[in-house]
Amino acid sequence: MKRDLILEDGTVFTGEALGDLNEKQGEIVFNTGMTGYQEILSDPSYCGQMVTMTYPLIGNYGINRDDFESINPSIHGLIVKEMCDQPSNFRHEMRLDTYLASKGIPAISGIDTRQLTKKIRQHGTMRAVLTGVKSAQTEAVNWSPIIKDQVKRVSTKNPYVVPGRGYRVVLVDFGMKHGILRDLTKRNCHVTVVPYWYSAQDIMALKPDGLMLTNGPGDPKHVPEAINMIKAILGRVPIFGICLGHQLLALACGANTEKMKFGHRGANHPVKDLQLNRAFLTSQNHGYAVKADSLNDTDLMLTHVAINDETVEGISHRYYSAFSVQYHPESSPGPEDTSYLFDQFITEIKANKQENKGAI
Amino acid sequence: MPKRQDIEKILVIGSGPIIIGQAAEFDYSGTQACQALKEEGYQVVLANSNPATIMTDHTIADTVYMEPLTVDFLAKIIRKERPDAILPTLGGQTGLNLAIALQDSGVLEQYPTEMLGTSLDAIQLAEDREKFRQLMHHLNEPVPESEIVTSIDEALDFADQIGYPLIVRPAYTLGGTGGGMCFNETDLKEITRNGLNLSPVGQCLIERNIAGFKEIEYEVMRDHKDQAIVVCNMENIDPVGIHTGDSIVVAPSQTLSDREYQLLRNASLKIIRALKIEGGCNVQLALDPNSFDYYIIEVNPRVSRSSALASKATGYPIAKIAAKIAVGLTLDEIKNPITKTTYAAFEPALDYVVTKFPRFPFDKFTAGNRTLGTQMKATGEVMAIGRNFEEAFLKGIRSLDFNADDFYLSELTSLSDQELEDRVAQPDDQRIFVVAELFRRNYTVETLHRLTRMDSFFLNKIAKIIAFEQELQDHPLDKAYLKFAKTIGFSDAQLARITDQSEDQIYQLRKTYHVQPVYKMVDTCAAEFESATPYFYSSYECEQESKVSDREKVIVIGSGPIRIGQGIEFDYATVHSVLALKELGYEAIIMNSNPETVSTDFSVSDKLYFEPLTLEDVMHVVELEQPLGVIVQFGGQTAINLADGLQRRGVKILGTSLEAIDQAEDRDKFERMLSQLQIPQPTGESVREIEQAKEVAKKIGYPVLVRPSYVIGGSQMEIVYNDDELQHYLNKTTHIKRKHPVLIDKYLTGIEVEVDAISDGETTIIPGIMEHIERAGVHSGDSIAVYPTQRIAPDIKQQLIDTTIKIAETLKIRGLINIQFVVHHNDVYVLEVNPRASRTIPFLSKITGVTMANLATRAILGEQLQALGYQSGLLPEANYVSVKVPVFSFEKLRSVDTMLGPEMKSTGEAIGRDKTLAKALFKGLTASGLKIPFEGAVLMTVADKDKEEACTIAQRFQELGFNIYATTGTAQYLSSKNVNVQEVGKIGSDQENVLSIIEQNQVQFVVNTLTSGKKPRSDGFRIRREAVEHGIACLTSLDTATAILDVIDSTTFSAQPVVANQEVIR
Repeated sequence: MKRDLILEDGTVFTGEALGDLNEKQGEIVFNTGMTGYQEILSDPSYCGQMVTMTYPLIGNYGINRDDFESINPSIHGLIVKEMCDQPSNFRHEMRLDTYLASKGIPAISGIDTRQLTKKIRQHGTMRAVLTGVKSAQTEAVNWSPIIKDQVKRVSTKNPYVVPGRGYRVVLVDFGMKHGILRDLTKRNCHVTVVPYWYSAQDIMALKPDGLMLTNGPGDPKHVPEAINMIKAILGRVPIFGICLGHQLLALACGANTEKMKFGHRGANHPVKDLQLNRAFLTSQNHGYAVKADSLNDTDLMLTHVAINDETVEGISHRYYSAFSVQYHPESSPGPEDTSYLFDQFITEIKANKQENKGAI
Repeated sequence: MPKRQDIEKILVIGSGPIIIGQAAEFDYSGTQACQALKEEGYQVVLANSNPATIMTDHTIADTVYMEPLTVDFLAKIIRKERPDAILPTLGGQTGLNLAIALQDSGVLEQYPTEMLGTSLDAIQLAEDREKFRQLMHHLNEPVPESEIVTSIDEALDFADQIGYPLIVRPAYTLGGTGGGMCFNETDLKEITRNGLNLSPVGQCLIERNIAGFKEIEYEVMRDHKDQAIVVCNMENIDPVGIHTGDSIVVAPSQTLSDREYQLLRNASLKIIRALKIEGGCNVQLALDPNSFDYYIIEVNPRVSRSSALASKATGYPIAKIAAKIAVGLTLDEIKNPITKTTYAAFEPALDYVVTKFPRFPFDKFTAGNRTLGTQMKATGEVMAIGRNFEEAFLKGIRSLDFNADDFYLSELTSLSDQELEDRVAQPDDQRIFVVAELFRRNYTVETLHRLTRMDSFFLNKIAKIIAFEQELQDHPLDKAYLKFAKTIGFSDAQLARITDQSEDQIYQLRKTYHVQPVYKMVDTCAAEFESATPYFYSSYECEQESKVSDREKVIVIGSGPIRIGQGIEFDYATVHSVLALKELGYEAIIMNSNPETVSTDFSVSDKLYFEPLTLEDVMHVVELEQPLGVIVQFGGQTAINLADGLQRRGVKILGTSLEAIDQAEDRDKFERMLSQLQIPQPTGESVREIEQAKEVAKKIGYPVLVRPSYVIGGSQMEIVYNDDELQHYLNKTTHIKRKHPVLIDKYLTGIEVEVDAISDGETTIIPGIMEHIERAGVHSGDSIAVYPTQRIAPDIKQQLIDTTIKIAETLKIRGLINIQFVVHHNDVYVLEVNPRASRTIPFLSKITGVTMANLATRAILGEQLQALGYQSGLLPEANYVSVKVPVFSFEKLRSVDTMLGPEMKSTGEAIGRDKTLAKALFKGLTASGLKIPFEGAVLMTVADKDKEEACTIAQRFQELGFNIYATTGTAQYLSSKNVNVQEVGKIGSDQENVLSIIEQNQVQFVVNTLTSGKKPRSDGFRIRREAVEHGIACLTSLDTATAILDVIDSTTFSAQPVVANQEVIR
């Protein structure tokens, strides 16, 4: 069965219809990771987006029960060159297309994904639609307005606790990948996951030792409540931000963010840790970035920078214990080279607690 | 961090002659490294004894030494050059071993020379089995559990600890003799008992058997800031148990989830960091297909064959970056040479699938043991790129350039199911074709998975190819079917076979339906960044990325995979042709399928198409690029074979015309030409019946040379001495049965001479004439060649020159020509004419200083040699003597007879160069790996026809103080001629016998000539193999023996009595 992928600039790709067969719109992006499709499609940061996988064979190891980054995927579409119909892996439980269909996610295969990637690279991210099988492509696409409430869609509705015997961390869920939770619980943290709208007062009432700001979808400026919350907590407990959490920390400290042309999505992005003077390979997924020059009049300093295009990849507060990175130290998928940042967070929590004890 | 300023001069060690397991990939990496170091402003001194390489060209390093790669010679170079540092990690295992030996010899301390790239400690940690295990334990990285046992009880105890299956490896037995897999206690008891008996030290290593695991490789890089990256990972389709060099490999891994990928990535990075390697490293891992359990199999602390493959597969030039890292630069400051905008500190993202297939020598060594195991047997490899697995897979198969045109071997159809099952359970070089055949017989993926342990992912893909093939048999080839077939990589030839049409018909059908491929770029980054790399592969996709310029273009066809008879020499010529084209202002386009070579480095040509070298694939590029023409004469027989088809499809063959090629290769036309020119050639006739053959042989007189008429280059050629041997040959080969004509020629003994010349059709220049040490009858590629000639009288030399010029003019050669002569009783006979680049081009170019492939390319494109300052004739000969010595890989190829004959067997060559022939020979033989002993013993066992000549050799050995052993017949003859000889018993006799003295290293040489070609498993064969397996030189040509005697004689002093005590005389 055929279906069309129509881009905002009018380009039409015709391929095989897979997954859910209904029409769906989204912002089209590409990811260059060669493994990790299950994590990618279940990463809530992709909410509202259609993801083109540049590696041509997707679905080779099927879908397993372990590698989800959220319970329900929120991507709006998956675009591949070829989707494997006979996966092979000892953990394989379900074919990718079966899974996509069961979750209402449309997909397309058999198109020149490299050509599509180049288009996205040249024109920047744009809107796209995967048309239903019966929709006539001659009709002009009726573009629906761009969604701005992605965080609301993917954040937890109610707070919950993931108990541990270590430090108490409040994790603000903007669209959390399970990987972040995994890295905290691995370090014995007692994690309380709260919704994105939770106030500073409510958070502090939980007596946290540290505050974790997670990744999440969309424009950070669409989450003003979080910015206010961070402003109020800054300096009271150590803060660690990842991805959207990083952008929100920057905004809370007076820096600015901007939309990138086509963003960074993949598992091979080199980032230099300026403090260690060393490059690390990182997993990334961001369409927005902190503007480098906007850091000038703030108390933030640049700590990490993308080697290829000098995008701001990490910041740290000059006076308070608060730092953040644009990339994903929790990997899942991607290189695990920077998981030391979670250790750094724990170290800061520990130091902060000792300092406070001394003060008392 | 900036590059180091405290070093100026760097010695780079090359890998020497090409042998199985160490081939052209080190020319590619070495060349890149030298260029990178020069780019950074260092003075580069190169030592490599392989003349066939680009690396040893005068433009690659500042100073080039083509001396034997031994500690003695390297010490001489170090003393003379006083380098500040030495870079040993780019010359394969040879480079590493030499570095260790140099350190041990104390030279590096005497003349302070720093080791760059990898420290000696790291080399030893990776290479020493026990140290490596300790390091892995320390890192908490698993290695297969093992224990050395000296009794069956110990073996059983160990089995109780870790369980079955296990592998038993007896200590110090060659090639793992006596070892085996054990699945239970009974197996273990029996194999251990046997192994303990066979082991000279009574020890066996018992190891966990991980055969059947997935074999995964990671190519990693690290700099001195401890930044480390993975360039590429690769998955072997063949499971653990088959050497990765013999495995079909795919990149990136296909069946690993991200968790498995990262698990193994972390382990690889941990290891390179622990070894503190500054440069590249290869980590091989075994992954349990049913869990996250894995084992580290091997670590190579240097660039390797796999890193060359990874470089071509990703576009990331590992050797170049490794060299820069070695001099202090770091990954975050080195630019990615592909994008030119990003940095080397990143991990390439592929948006295509790469396959690698090994190329085996069993088309030549039909009697060889073809079973695959832990000893590598492939001589070369091909790589193919596609947008899906099937495409990359089928492209790889048709790149192999052997007797299967596509994914089908007709010879398998006659085998029974059981025979086929056995052949995949005990895999050999044809296993993948056997798998296909079993799928054609409706075997299921499950069954084949059980038999082969290949991952079902790959088996499903193969099953799909076969299923579609079967579907095509009952479905007309309409546009949709044709398009789908092409998308999944079916070649026109394959479609022609399946649908019973001609390849040209399929080609026409595709024209009608407009089904043709586009070209996609290899850019390291999956199109994320803009790049301008001229590196392309074809695919049946939408967007055409190869932009055609308006410049005048020429396509040069490479030589494909390295195999016996078509080695790196042809890549050398291809590269030089491309460079010449660039100099001449043409856009030089290269097509090749070999990932190991310099020619497929995207920076060599203006445009690189990494494609199979078949008519179909070449035509696609021709149709897109519309070149002036195609040059086929540098790519060996592979390229020459394409000429006919290309011309038929209207493509201009540049250089020597197809008619001339045909005239040289077609026996009848060739004979007619020679007789018209009144040039003598050995008398001979073509026959179709056995009786007729005998008559002809009688008429001509034995010995005669027999060969099939359609085979080129000595394949299946034999010298027979009587009717019995002739009959045996004709029965053994099936030419007569299959109604193919057989050629019978007079076998002329004499000095074989080889001439390479360049001609523009009018002027024919001969850069040099080479004479062979071995008499005619030994393939020219297996003979020691000497330049300038030593035994050829001036008038004969003039005859050689005149004949060469006459033939070149008659054939209207434009480009290169190679002629083989035999000088028999002062007459010059022509044996063979090759109107193309020959194996000797790089050797001759280097020793004469004439860049032959460059000049030839100029002639091909219409430049007049005269205008370039040349005139017809032999160029002045050099004073230095140079020899080219063949190098064999017999110890890697079990059951292959080492007897030299008309069929080529060598895999590589070494050069020796000095003031006298003896000195040059000494160097050449040493460089080839032969240790020339100055005392010891020689075992002689020769055929009756050779006894007289052998006697002289024995006498000379004796004069030089060697002891002589001989088998009964030879001993009797030698004794009768007053040679003091010790007789040894036949194989199997209890006392000191012919095998036992080899086994116990009592002799330094074996001189053995062929008694008769009738019994391939004769005693002679066993003696020769025994010698190979004990690393003892076995000389099967008396000429080689004499040459070595000359060397020993001229470099040693013997004690000669003035007065002999008569009583002592025997």
